[in-house]
Amino acid sequence: MLRLLTIEFHKLRYNKAAKILTITYFVLLTAISLIASYEFNFGGVHIRLADQGIFNFPYIWHFNAWFAAWLKLFLAIVIVAIMANEYTNRTLKQNLIDGLSKKEFLASKFLTVVIFSLLSTVFLFIVSLILGLIFSDFNEFSIITTDLEYIFAYFIKLVGFFSFCMFLGILIKRSAFALGFLIFWQIIEGVFKLISSLFKWKFDTDILDKIVIQFLPLESMSNLIKEPFTRLSIVQSTMNQFNESSEVNSGVHWYEILIVLIWTGIFLSLSYYLLKKRDL
Amino acid sequence: METILTLQNLTKRFGAITAVNDLSFTIKKGNVYGILGPNGSGKSTTLGIVLNVVNKTTGNFKWFDGNTSTHQALKKVGAIIERPNFYPYMTAAQNLKLVCKIKGVTPDKIEEKLEIVGLLDRKDSAFSTFSLGMKQRLAIASALLNDPEILILDEPTNGLDPQGIHQIREIIKVIAAQGTTILLASHLLDEVEKVCSHVVIIRNGIKLYSGPVDEMNVNFGFFELNSNQNSVLKKWLSDHSGFGEIKEEDDKLIAYLTQDIDAESLNKEVFEAGTILTHLVKRKESLEEQFLQLTNNLN
Repeated sequence: MLRLLTIEFHKLRYNKAAKILTITYFVLLTAISLIASYEFNFGGVHIRLADQGIFNFPYIWHFNAWFAAWLKLFLAIVIVAIMANEYTNRTLKQNLIDGLSKKEFLASKFLTVVIFSLLSTVFLFIVSLILGLIFSDFNEFSIITTDLEYIFAYFIKLVGFFSFCMFLGILIKRSAFALGFLIFWQIIEGVFKLISSLFKWKFDTDILDKIVIQFLPLESMSNLIKEPFTRLSIVQSTMNQFNESSEVNSGVHWYEILIVLIWTGIFLSLSYYLLKKRDL
Repeated sequence: METILTLQNLTKRFGAITAVNDLSFTIKKGNVYGILGPNGSGKSTTLGIVLNVVNKTTGNFKWFDGNTSTHQALKKVGAIIERPNFYPYMTAAQNLKLVCKIKGVTPDKIEEKLEIVGLLDRKDSAFSTFSLGMKQRLAIASALLNDPEILILDEPTNGLDPQGIHQIREIIKVIAAQGTTILLASHLLDEVEKVCSHVVIIRNGIKLYSGPVDEMNVNFGFFELNSNQNSVLKKWLSDHSGFGEIKEEDDKLIAYLTQDIDAESLNKEVFEAGTILTHLVKRKESLEEQFLQLTNNLN
């Protein structure tokens, strides 16, 4: 496993584009704290995000996980590119000839996905912890450790999403087209959701949401960490009853994690199937 | 002799096209093999199958004694296929280091191998700045990194200028002289003729011949003859039991032998029969002529 990681690291460390994107990603991740502690000045009204309660434990885990997840697109580009470039440079072929098995090749890429996700998660955890310790109104250990499942969900979400990117890179073999397909797929899921809303409006049932929408790959990933704003107002209005917040339907559910894990498995298997079946 | 590669009834179909058809041959240690065949005859596909990048349809192949998996075996093989494939953003040395990591060998031979192919002074240049000839030479250096049991070269001089072709050939000769087993696929016959001791000839995916180069043709060679009375000479030759086919080419008679006759005794016999030769050459077919004969026989 270490051998596979060093092989992949060797490929990455000399790749300027990948390096720049990765660094940008982690810089932006850190920059959340800058935006938050900055005082916005709207026509004489001073608003500081940090004072709005978003950095209160345990809410900060939810908010930051949701917010940081938007940045994953940077790493998505890297993942798609390192996959697709193996095809365009025909280095996949050379790797296999040199004695890497197809399984090892895929494993080295998936390990990269996991490592990237893990790094991002650790980063997010540390940034959030520091921000929380500075701005949170509550600093008791029991409160800090509440809702940490959002951080776990964030990790699962990234692994799932990057696996999807990896699969697209293998399937389409061209970075630009693969990223295009990713956007296209997002639109398709949007159409599904539109149909479902129309259905709900017409027949007053959310059955489509239950049997189709929540199982779509991107939707299931975004379901893991739901938007935090509805909860923010609740948190603000019931500032002292933070224990109730876990009852709000914006929590992380085990079956949502399971759906994403199953998708991750599907993308991995499909990638392996494609690698195995294709002649190079 | 130790067997390095065995192919048994290997077949590859791409849809309706059969690229490799029931191909069997063995590669023994220490020989230099040429795989000959016109473009599209299935050479690269065959090599692709044994190198784990093309899936076979039916049949089998095994590396060495057959006890190692293909990808493990490939770590003891050096191969370049058609076009050199490296990471464009890495330098020559960085690319070779990666290959070392994949093959599981130490990187201390990088400079030595770069020296062999004459690229040592360019080891820190990015691969994307290399000319095709340099890329091809880097590919050879990369294939040599693990001191392979067998070196597989697929059209190594394709697309190179005469100087590049010459450089690659010199490198191959040096490597062959060191006793490395080589499998060289090419459609350039003089290339194969110069370095190979054994040939496998493929056409439309079917094996036509496999064995030593000098046993390829069981013929006894042919005579190129000329005299002042070619019609008489031709009649005399066709009545002779030692000759088979007789052709006329550029005013010369080409007479193929069916038994061994040396030039001296033929000259004597013809003179005694009353014809005086003005031209007498005994020749064996060149690899090219043999190859064309073999591949045309199927037409």
